[in-house]
Amino acid sequence: MPEVLRAPLVVEFPFTRSLGPVQSAFLTGLRERTVLGVRTGDGNVLVPPVEYDPATAEELRDLVEVAATGTVTTWAWNPQPRRGQPLATPFAWVLVRLDGADTALLHALDAPGPEAVRTGMRVRVRWAAERSGAITDIACFEAYAGESSAPASPHSGTFADPVTGIVAPARLDYTYSPGRATSAYLEALAERRIVGERCPSCHKVYVPPRGACPTCGVATTDQVEAGPRGTVTTFCIVNIKAKNLDIEVPYVYAHIALDGADLALHARIGGIPYDQVRMGLRVEPVWTEGARHPDHYRPTGEPDAGYDTYKELL
Amino acid sequence: MRDVAIVAFAQTDHRRRSDELSEVEMLMPVLHQVLTRTGLQTADIGFTCSGSSDYLAGRAFSFTMALDGVGAWPPISESHVEMDGAWALYEAWVKLLTGEADTALVYAYGKSSSGEVRDVLTRQLDPYYVAPLWPDSVSLAALQAQALIDAGATDEPALAEAAARSRADATANPHAQLKGEVPRGDHVVHPLRTADCPPIGDGAAAVILAAGDRARDLCDRPAWIRGMDHRIEPHSLGVRDLTDSPSTRLAAERAGAFERRVDTAELHAPFSSQEVVLRRALNLDETVRVNPSGGALAANPVMATGLIRIGEAAARICRGESDRALAHATSGPCLQQNLVAVLEGEAHA
Repeated sequence: MPEVLRAPLVVEFPFTRSLGPVQSAFLTGLRERTVLGVRTGDGNVLVPPVEYDPATAEELRDLVEVAATGTVTTWAWNPQPRRGQPLATPFAWVLVRLDGADTALLHALDAPGPEAVRTGMRVRVRWAAERSGAITDIACFEAYAGESSAPASPHSGTFADPVTGIVAPARLDYTYSPGRATSAYLEALAERRIVGERCPSCHKVYVPPRGACPTCGVATTDQVEAGPRGTVTTFCIVNIKAKNLDIEVPYVYAHIALDGADLALHARIGGIPYDQVRMGLRVEPVWTEGARHPDHYRPTGEPDAGYDTYKELL
Repeated sequence: MRDVAIVAFAQTDHRRRSDELSEVEMLMPVLHQVLTRTGLQTADIGFTCSGSSDYLAGRAFSFTMALDGVGAWPPISESHVEMDGAWALYEAWVKLLTGEADTALVYAYGKSSSGEVRDVLTRQLDPYYVAPLWPDSVSLAALQAQALIDAGATDEPALAEAAARSRADATANPHAQLKGEVPRGDHVVHPLRTADCPPIGDGAAAVILAAGDRARDLCDRPAWIRGMDHRIEPHSLGVRDLTDSPSTRLAAERAGAFERRVDTAELHAPFSSQEVVLRRALNLDETVRVNPSGGALAANPVMATGLIRIGEAAARICRGESDRALAHATSGPCLQQNLVAVLEGEAHA
């Protein structure tokens, strides 16, 4: 078996989220070093606050202010912080019931080691130096010697310049491996050959192969060479320039049935004015120096293929 | 309402990595196994439902690639849940109960090796208050474990014992990834040690369901689904009592689990501490055989592990090793969502 192909794959997106009235008040409050909760119909104070009662689904809008001090209800010592977590040095995850609240908030606790942490210990908020209206405005919790302070007090939830949305960046790192069939396809492409796989049951040739015949649901196994020439079965004219793509518009993107293949693949057509591309046009791949796949397909100069020769592949 | 049964189950060998296989290549052998066992062709299947996650694959609409493995042309009746395959099985069960189909193929797969599963799972958390802190799955389970220890429900030696029992049982499971003696290891996140956490790995599973006499035709001893229900906890961890699982208890009650004693329970407990919570919620005493397969501590292909619990319980009934079994599946942090199925075999002729 050839060496397994691998490539880094990073999925990264800045999720932009709007806030409801309660979330907006809570996160704006954090920016102002004020912790808000919400009171439920039966008098419980939820911190962090939510807009609907988790028990009754009743709408909640009765905001209250609670203390920035509280009690650890459970904890877990994290010896190896991971990317994105609140502290870069070993810390404890904690659920903290703030004074005046009936539920607990998840955050990090800065402590010298696990022996310094216990359920029931008293803690207080350490505010981030720069605050923007996000849960990370609480940098972490830290040990605090004081006793439980006053109960929750009413709060209007009104602040100047309220935060109405957050941007939550998310990044996940993967190592992508394409599997057996696609690896074989990519390895052949590196030698400027196009290979497909034939279904042992219906004998159709798939290019690019994905390892299974979608009609028969069986593994495709026989490797077969396809193309390099093929026929345009259908196409569209692209008029919008894509970001980071150095191709002048308009250009043509087409389905191409390679000779010997039973499924059309798609690629850009070049070497011909966009308004002269047509169904049945015979094309061949154009490889650029160092590329691992054809840059585009261009006309071969052969007579057009007859409709009957590709109508099954449309 | 007609009766519906599980008539075939197959799973891959679960491995740390499967770089040489795409998802569909990993999945196809188990699809073929359940079809061969029942003598069905893909075209005979009335309804197909799958469970998987784009976040594991790192790719949008990743389940569509796997559809090639089930022969999705000409068009089939198909659905997908972005969840563990146990929930796909629930959907298929409902489809059969309503008479919309007589047979169903359910499959699930997960390739956790492509990414960092601890980070990936943070993306299922509340995006406003929790996900920006990136609390990984082990850390959240550790908070629950500490709450159990504080409540006197367990301690570190008892957790080690549960983990060791799972891995010892897994020696009889040819598909398991971790089996036999597994060192307790260091704390991954205190109080959970390496041995308290599931292996990270790749795998897939498939099940065939059939209704009424069709089930009897396809299997000598079908595992009849007597009830199935799933429930959810409030999403905020700080609202919940982490030492209890009221959603599991309610799902079990609605599935009929408490009507008569079960002899076997396949519990989806990726962490040793979660078995403690589930045993309490389900009133399982020492006479019930828990996770004879080794459970999620022996193999944890994320998105397929819950379906495998149902499949393992059903397979035990089909083999005549159980008469009434409970299967449980979970999803989300600290047993956020829970599904319970009750399976029975008919008396031997």
